Amino acid sequence: MFSLEGITNAIQNWLYNTFNPSWALVFECLIVILLATGLFAILGLVLVLMERKVAAHIQIRLGPNRVGPGGMFQTVADTLKLIMKEGLTPDLADKFLFNLAPFVVMIVAMLLLAPIAFARGFQIWDLNIGVLYVSAISSLSVIGILMAGWASNNKYSLLGAMRSGAQIVSYELSAGLSVLSIVVLSGSLQLSDIIASQENGWWLFKGHIPVIISFVIFIIAVTAETNRAPFDLAEAESELTAGFHTEYSGMRFALFFLAEYINIFIVCAIGATLFLGGWMPLHIGHWQAFNHIMDYIPSSIWFMGKTFFLIFLIMWFRWTFPRLRVDQLLNLEWKYLLPISMFNLILVTVIAILGWHF
Amino acid sequence: MYTQTEIIKDTTVNGSEGELVINVGPQHPATHGVLHLVITLNGETIKKIEPHLGYIHRSIEKMCESLSYRQFIYVTSRMDYLSSHINNLGSAHCVEKGMQIEIPARAKVIRVLMSELTRIASHELWLGAMAMDLGAFTPFFYAFREREMINDIMEETCGARLTMNYMVPGGVMYDIHPDFQQKVKAFVKQFKEKVTEYDDLVTNNIIFQNRMKGVGILSKEDAVSYGCTGPVARGSGVSCDIRKIFPYEIYDTVAFDEVLETAGDSFARYMVRVREMHQSIRIIEQLIDNIPEGEYQAKTKAVLKLPKGEFYSRVETARGEFGVYIVSEGATTPYRIKFRSPGFSNLSALEHMAKGSKLGDLMATMGTLDLVIPDIDR
Repeated sequence: MFSLEGITNAIQNWLYNTFNPSWALVFECLIVILLATGLFAILGLVLVLMERKVAAHIQIRLGPNRVGPGGMFQTVADTLKLIMKEGLTPDLADKFLFNLAPFVVMIVAMLLLAPIAFARGFQIWDLNIGVLYVSAISSLSVIGILMAGWASNNKYSLLGAMRSGAQIVSYELSAGLSVLSIVVLSGSLQLSDIIASQENGWWLFKGHIPVIISFVIFIIAVTAETNRAPFDLAEAESELTAGFHTEYSGMRFALFFLAEYINIFIVCAIGATLFLGGWMPLHIGHWQAFNHIMDYIPSSIWFMGKTFFLIFLIMWFRWTFPRLRVDQLLNLEWKYLLPISMFNLILVTVIAILGWHF
Repeated sequence: MYTQTEIIKDTTVNGSEGELVINVGPQHPATHGVLHLVITLNGETIKKIEPHLGYIHRSIEKMCESLSYRQFIYVTSRMDYLSSHINNLGSAHCVEKGMQIEIPARAKVIRVLMSELTRIASHELWLGAMAMDLGAFTPFFYAFREREMINDIMEETCGARLTMNYMVPGGVMYDIHPDFQQKVKAFVKQFKEKVTEYDDLVTNNIIFQNRMKGVGILSKEDAVSYGCTGPVARGSGVSCDIRKIFPYEIYDTVAFDEVLETAGDSFARYMVRVREMHQSIRIIEQLIDNIPEGEYQAKTKAVLKLPKGEFYSRVETARGEFGVYIVSEGATTPYRIKFRSPGFSNLSALEHMAKGSKLGDLMATMGTLDLVIPDIDR
């Protein structure tokens, strides 16, 4: 059976046998940094292309099809263009914060990659409070956005940033509560434990209706947290031209753009890990033969398949729905999603205590 | 040059205490042209809207004074370019009224068919643009799919897709293309099949309905006192369809309903336009197989000279009432021309409709006014 675990273990053994432990750790860190940065770039390119192709398909057109086979290198060409463009800083902007903001947003997105298990045994940092870590770090990105909006000294940017602040802070709550329902069921905050608890079936199928409700709430909340349509009020191009990144150009704009897509990937990866079993193949209870066949599909493919399915879902939203108004957005969270997810959490707790789940 | 502190103190830039003044336009994605709105905001709530016009003023009325009665018709295409054909029709009408030209039956039917096709094309573009104002991109492409078919029909018969210049005093410039009837029938068939997609994607969408219902309310009295016409007024329950009140061409012989909604909100205006497209299809279906044979253009003199006097005619464009007022001194060119464009009056109601609502609602309201800026500025 193909597994990335073998490769990672082999590399680790070789490093620890060749160098003394502290140097081995340094080299491991370097390899991880390289991999993470590479993954970052590749994900950005793939997701932007995917978004454009999905949009084109929904909008009965072809999408990029000139650069490379089937337009595959379109995003590479775009990136080259953005690198060569002038990164303009407005005269009256707060230059330090203005230049810092895209990096804050980017670093937050990078930090979130740490606890994600890409395949069996292929995880950068399996810390014991993984879920808490993700919730804590992901709420930091609002600081970068507020920074960008404030430092640009542009009224559109300021309005966009304030909207984004209100939005991310509110939706963080129901995202957190829906994640908690899985924590309650699996009894652990560690992502590897949560995946292991789905050995005999994914939580989405095992946890009855309450888990399905929290999955739906999770998808809505993370769509809002990543500022995607129908919750893209922070950018709202028909109202605020481009919202908080109106004044950004060149590579600084590209960093915001890239961070948006990486954030989508991360929230979808978290969603796939919590509700759809992460890299765990589709197992149904005690159907030994079926489970065994499913095991032949590599775990990395399971993980990527689930994640990209959720990403497609979020892209589908964007190209179908109109945008909410700012007060409707907050109404939806505080009057509907939050009470529902609180009540739902109680239901899930009851199910977990009584052991009613499969 | 301002210094930073001066800008902060200047109330025309920043508003007074607790207010924020933003300039929407002249270049802004939501204004669909060079309209400039100076908006005073309190948080996200709109306190004041001040439209600044004149960015695309070309003094069309003055230009028309130096053009002959045959020539000036085509300048009106450049006002409301989305219903250019109907503008031309109104202008040609006014000249025909003055010269007392009798128009052949075939020309009348062709004119009405073209007008209704133009109306559908204009409403299709509005549908897409308005959905875009609300942040939904996809309806734009769906609407353009059908609009493209109309443009192709226009291109075949008139030789142009947007500013058709198909009208001459006394009829139309050329006869219709041999494929015209067949292509129009294909369009009607496609439209009827695909219109359910608009309903699925836009009309029945819960987010869309929440954004439109109860927003940008214009009461019947206000609609009348602001001089609103067209779908904007009909959304508030004002019966103002020129095709019904003062029928021109053959509108008194075809069966169609004047679409009226009473709610007066953005959704009512939306529904008026969508239902109007269906009524236009109904008119086209009645006429497409019954185009009478005969002349497509009346015999007229090469140089037209309107008798001394004042002439007024009006037509129903996709945006409302379009009036042409000609003062003639008996010369080959008009002494004075005044156009009554629907967009200008409709825009004047914007502040009344959007005051006190959120910034996002302003875009929805403005979208349902269906503004074409060259029509407002002229």
